Amino acid sequence: MADFLFEIFRYDFMVRAFLAGLIIAVIAPLIGIFLVIRRYSLMADTLAHVSLVGVAIGLLTNNDPIITATATSVISAVGIERIRVHGKIFGESVLALFLSASLAVASVLISMAKGYSVNIIGYLFGSITTVGTAELYYIAVLGIVVLGTLLLIYKQLFYISFDEDLARASGINTKAYNLVLIVLAALTVTLSMRIVGVLLIGALMVIPVITAMQFGKSFKKTVWMGVGFSLLSVVAGLYISYWMDLASGGTIVVVALIFFLVSLFINRKK
Amino acid sequence: MNNSHPQNHDHSTHAADHPGRELEQKSRAPEHATPAIEVTGVNFKAGNSQILKDISFKVSPGDYLGIIGPNGGGKTTLIKIMLGLLKPDSGTVKYFGTDLNKYRERYEIGYVPQKASETEGRFPATVEEVVKSGRTARIGLFKRFSSDDRRAVDSAMETADVARFSKKTVSKLSGGERQRVMIARALASEPKVLFMDEPTVAVDVTTQEKFYDFLDLLNQKMGLTILVVSHDIAAVAKKVSTVLCLNQEMVCHGKPALFMKDEYMEKLYGKKVNLILHG
Repeated sequence: MADFLFEIFRYDFMVRAFLAGLIIAVIAPLIGIFLVIRRYSLMADTLAHVSLVGVAIGLLTNNDPIITATATSVISAVGIERIRVHGKIFGESVLALFLSASLAVASVLISMAKGYSVNIIGYLFGSITTVGTAELYYIAVLGIVVLGTLLLIYKQLFYISFDEDLARASGINTKAYNLVLIVLAALTVTLSMRIVGVLLIGALMVIPVITAMQFGKSFKKTVWMGVGFSLLSVVAGLYISYWMDLASGGTIVVVALIFFLVSLFINRKK
Repeated sequence: MNNSHPQNHDHSTHAADHPGRELEQKSRAPEHATPAIEVTGVNFKAGNSQILKDISFKVSPGDYLGIIGPNGGGKTTLIKIMLGLLKPDSGTVKYFGTDLNKYRERYEIGYVPQKASETEGRFPATVEEVVKSGRTARIGLFKRFSSDDRRAVDSAMETADVARFSKKTVSKLSGGERQRVMIARALASEPKVLFMDEPTVAVDVTTQEKFYDFLDLLNQKMGLTILVVSHDIAAVAKKVSTVLCLNQEMVCHGKPALFMKDEYMEKLYGKKVNLILHG
């Protein structure tokens, strides 16, 4: 059994994929819970599609795609938040606009970089073999920044998510916190890109959280359970994708989905 | 309208009306010179329609003010301006002599919003977590939850009578219970002023009665300045010490007995309104 479990770590690329996966598994639901309770679940998907534009720019200009993707998604995150605050377009329509527009731009850019288009599948669905050492460091450093910021402002985010007007009335700068949250979401999206893939990041941020929410516990417990489900999904997903040679992102999300379906079943019987 | 209203805020009169408040009035004596809230010349337009026209009034510390008026009369708008959620086109709001925009202790202004009973329905949090969140603005960014914070939360839960179900998630509560949780949340930040927007919308009549008794208690025993917006004129008139009638402009401001006069009622609602006071 031990051999079975540890065989996977004989390969450096699997060790890197695991470490990166664990970092993402912790951060994704921590951000995800705020997106879910604020009915902003589509945000993760939108930022993911935007980061695909960044990937395409990276491939075209011969820069590291993860860095161009980070820049693009953070800039767009700020743009989306500004449009939302000004309230000229409905929040949801802003997301739909950015989502489809960025996919269009990305597809144009990718077709311009024809020679590289083979790589794009890995970005779309996640590919465990592609996490390099430099990239792992990048993920680790940014991951710690995201986690640290999140822990610092967690009680403010909780308060704002519960009722934004209440928070504003008591003197909390809700605009600033909202902006920080969406920038953190943008960073998480780009960190997760390699392991889970652009098309599936939203699922990793949302599914473990709604699974945890089925149990109707306190906010704290819901957060811990969300992180737990996310870690289990990533670890199990990586093993399965290694053994069966499947796309890592899809496998992780399918595992997360199974947890969700089981949680629905358990809580129905209650 | 200017600041001189038929009823000025004479505290000796108020104290006589509410014997329970006498003690509290004395202990707060130094604050008497400054009104708890001072609204001056507030105007607010939405598009072409004037929602609020030249609203000016003062609220003394320990006052219990009922804001009444027809739907669309600008009650909620006024509250939102007073809380800093909307910017008036002109006019100022001061708390204890300081302009709202410069008032740093904003957590001293408690607010129980109208929608309290509906929207948080599916929010994954326990009663205790929601009440604790009331301390957030007071604690600030870098400090952690202290034993003082703990005491304030426990006391707020006791006062609002939600301590016995503190571990329940808010989604499992009734409308009335959730309302009390929102009040406990507001009390946890140890406010000096408490705003309530249509607090009894989601609760039945018996609960309403109890609820207004509870507000009485907060006002008289704890000396909290309370502003309550309500469409329930009868209930408000019976309990509050001052009434402000709002229909775009201030129709009247004074003791409940004053606004019960037909002329104000007609001005406010455009027709005669017969008030039936329960109980």
